[in-house]
Amino acid sequence: MTDLPTSRIDLKAVLHSSAPTVAKDDHSEGMSYLQSVPRRLVTLYLPLSIIVVVLLFPFYWMGLTAIKPDEQLLDLDRFNPFWTWNPTFKHFYKLLFESHYPMWLWNTMYVAVCATILSIIASVLAAYAIVRLRYKGANMVGGLIFLAYLVPPSILFIPLATVVFQYGLFDSPMALILTYPTILIPFSTWLLMGYFKTIPYELEECALIDGASRWQILIKIVLPLAIPGLISAFIFCFTLCWNEFIYALTFLQSTSNKTVPVAIVNEFVDGDIYRWGSLMAGALAGSLPLVILYAFFVEHYVSAMTGAVKE
Amino acid sequence: MADIAIAPRRAKTEIREATAWDQLKHNRNWVGFWFMVPALAFLIFFLAYPLGLGIWLSFTDTRIGRVGAFVGTENYEWLWDDAIFWLSVFNTLLYTFVASAIKFGIGLYLALLLNENMPFKAMLRALVLIPFIVPTVLSALAFWWIFDSQFSIISWSLKQMGLITENINFLGDTTWARICVIFANIWRGVPFVAITLLAGLQTVSPSLYEAAILDGATSWQRFRFITYPLLTPIIAVVMTFSVLFTFTDFQLIWAMTRGGPVNATHLMATLSYQRAIIAGQLGEGAAIASAMIPFLLAAIMVSWFGLQRRKWQQGENND
Repeated sequence: MTDLPTSRIDLKAVLHSSAPTVAKDDHSEGMSYLQSVPRRLVTLYLPLSIIVVVLLFPFYWMGLTAIKPDEQLLDLDRFNPFWTWNPTFKHFYKLLFESHYPMWLWNTMYVAVCATILSIIASVLAAYAIVRLRYKGANMVGGLIFLAYLVPPSILFIPLATVVFQYGLFDSPMALILTYPTILIPFSTWLLMGYFKTIPYELEECALIDGASRWQILIKIVLPLAIPGLISAFIFCFTLCWNEFIYALTFLQSTSNKTVPVAIVNEFVDGDIYRWGSLMAGALAGSLPLVILYAFFVEHYVSAMTGAVKE
Repeated sequence: MADIAIAPRRAKTEIREATAWDQLKHNRNWVGFWFMVPALAFLIFFLAYPLGLGIWLSFTDTRIGRVGAFVGTENYEWLWDDAIFWLSVFNTLLYTFVASAIKFGIGLYLALLLNENMPFKAMLRALVLIPFIVPTVLSALAFWWIFDSQFSIISWSLKQMGLITENINFLGDTTWARICVIFANIWRGVPFVAITLLAGLQTVSPSLYEAAILDGATSWQRFRFITYPLLTPIIAVVMTFSVLFTFTDFQLIWAMTRGGPVNATHLMATLSYQRAIIAGQLGEGAAIASAMIPFLLAAIMVSWFGLQRRKWQQGENND
């Protein structure tokens, strides 16, 4: 499975152009000139805008709820529910200064960064060994790692809970830092294997002849060339950690140790009819770090997503 | 001359005298092994071992805080007669098939739309992916609010339009609750399907379409006989992932309904959490989780054959 043919996708093209680079090079517009404007309006812009509006509406709604005053939230008759003229930051204030929210945010960040770094280190070594050292059985190990990618957390959390308990990690961030890599390593190993394959082998041969060890080759030649791949893997792993729910729900008990997704579901959901404002403010504040990260690294993100599927 | 003749021979003997340490440092297999150690350690201790342990637990009567004894297939026999378990299997299959099919349809359609030439396309493509970035639980909370029984914006809008008179009890009615969680799952899954299929679409050369147009092919024929066959391999892989992650979904359901109303949205994953962690019956929960494995294996087989077909289409060695 490791030596699957890979058709490299021009990832910039995925985001910035419609036709493959072939079309861009000869400055042709493809066949779109054959379609009239009204026709394009109905067949292209109308369905596209409906889908985009549906995809983005929950975020608008989340943001709007987070800044609406309480009385407007529940009174749909006297106030237009789709807009508010008196935004308030009360919900955010309550979130940041009257709850454990900053701590949960810190926990999530801490767990995500540590787990991601551990996984990337392990995956870089594993991917390099599989692709370039080609030791005996490398292909089989690559296949097994791919299979590990397909093992979902939902069937592992029960036995893992007992394992975590045996190792004395229960209710500590270490439980998550050590278990998240099982989700991240298979994914990032496959992603990095794809990147390492694109680095010319001749560079390494030169270094070997000059007397470099495998370790030096990895650190000084392969890694600097694989930086885009490393960024993609890092961002995607970070997002996966932030998104992870079932392990955090099972392995953590005390309120102060929880991560944002678990804490919001368990601690904010009470009988209070006015909870919606702070609930949505919490959801928004928990999503923002990822959205900002995404905004800066869209291309890397897309390459990680498509890369893992393509390789 | 004699020196030159002797020198290489001496060098050879020196190499033969390599110590065990040199072997460990330079032998390809050993170096490979050292490089694999961190990844393998994680995967063996926290993935392979728990996977085996989970299957073992399903044959015991372990509870939280108590080591269980081997009870054979008792857990499975018990589940066989458990109507709630079968309901959760039905829900899981319904959820997976309906959500995956619609995700595929809308995802492919969206990919085709995004592949057109239009203004702001880079920004549009970036926006489309946002539902996939935001943590599932947090967007599920937004849906929970949107589907609220009293203050739902959907009910309000429909009432304003005069289509309904009473609020729809979205998450309290069994049918509506199923529709709502499936909708939320589709909403989250479509961007992934669309963007990965878009990546596949961009590898299709436009000259094929031009040739087809000159031959008088309709737009449906162009899709059916050019786009679809060329996309098949990537569709197989994307849909396997999509089916796999929909089948084992947990967080969306847990945040929106926790399996209710009357177990109508309990998936196998949420049921196993409820039995194992909340009720403390680890053995029974593990049996439910293990019952998912055959389904997952089936999905993996599909993926495998999808990859094989791709190999066959693109030739063996163009790595």
